[in-house]
Amino acid sequence: MKPLNEMKLSFPSKSANEAFARTAVAAFVAALDPTVDELTDIKTAVSEAVTNAIVHGYRESIQTIYITAAIYPDNRVVIRIRDKGCGIEDIQKAMEPLYTTSPEGERAGLGFAVMQSLCDKVKVTSRPGKGTTVTLTRTLAGRNG
Amino acid sequence: MSVRIYLAEDILTAYLSGELDHHVVRTIREEIDEAAERAHPAVLVLDFRDVTFMDSSGIGLVMGRYALMQELGGELKIENLPNHIKKVMRLAGLERLANMETGGVRK
Ligand SMILES: Nc1ncnc2c1ncn2[C@@H]1O[C@H](COP(=O)(O)OP(=O)(O)OP(=O)(O)O)[C@@H](O)[C@H]1O
Ligand SMILES: [Mg+2]
Repeated sequence: MKPLNEMKLSFPSKSANEAFARTAVAAFVAALDPTVDELTDIKTAVSEAVTNAIVHGYRESIQTIYITAAIYPDNRVVIRIRDKGCGIEDIQKAMEPLYTTSPEGERAGLGFAVMQSLCDKVKVTSRPGKGTTVTLTRTLAGRNG
Repeated sequence: MSVRIYLAEDILTAYLSGELDHHVVRTIREEIDEAAERAHPAVLVLDFRDVTFMDSSGIGLVMGRYALMQELGGELKIENLPNHIKKVMRLAGLERLANMETGGVRK
C-alpha cells in the first residue's frame, strides 16, 4: 500500500530533544484525525524509543537519532526510530518487562512493555556495535471508529 | 516542567507539572530528594494533577521515591492521577507499591 504521506527527521541525541521528537511525530500523525488518547499513546511510545536511543544506544554521548514516519490510507501509522549506537545483544531478553541494564539511573525496565501495550506491533532489529531500529505500528480507530 | 514542594506538619507534597520525561526527571528527582532528606516526612505525596505527559521515566521516578521513603521510614502517596497517566502507571503495577488513588482527578 502506498503511504498517504511520509516524513524523515534527524536530530542530536540530547535529552531536550525527547519532547521535540514526540511532538513532531504527533503533528505529522494529526493528518489522520486521531483522538486525543491515540495521540497520547503514540507520543508515549515514541518517547520511550527515543529515550532508549539516548540513554542506552548512545550512552548519553551526543550523536544522531533518525526517525521516519508514514501514514497509510487504512489509518495505519508506522514510525521507525533508529540509532547507530551500541546495539542490543539479546533482544528478547531486553524486551522482557522489568529488564534493565541501568537500574542505577532509576530505569524501571518498562519502556518496551509500554511501547507494546500502546502499539499494535513493536519490531526491534539490532546489531551489537552497529545500532538499533525500533518500528512501531499502530492503526487508528479515529473519531468514527 | 517544574516541581513545587511544600511541607505541612510531617507531610511533604511535591506538585509536579508539565511533561514528565527522562530529560526533566533528573532535576526533579534531585529537588524532591533534597527536600525529603532534610524534612524526614512521615508521608511524601507526589501530586500529578498538572502533569500533561508521562513515559516510563515517570515510573522510575515513583519507584525511586518509594525506595527513598522506605529508607527514611515513611510512606509514599500518589495523588490526582490524570487518566492518561494512570494507564502507564497500571502497566507497572504501581498501585500495589504506592498508595495510589483510584478515583478521578480531584480539582
Ligand atoms: N536503542 C537501544 N540501544 C541499546 N540498548 C537498548 C536500546 N533500547 C533498549 N535497550 C536495552 O533494553 C533494555 C530494556 O529497555 P526498556 O526501555 O524496556 O527499559 P529501560 O530503558 O532500561 O527502563 P525504562 O524504559 O523503564 O526507563 C535497556 O535497559 C537496554 O539494555
Ligand atoms: Mg527505556
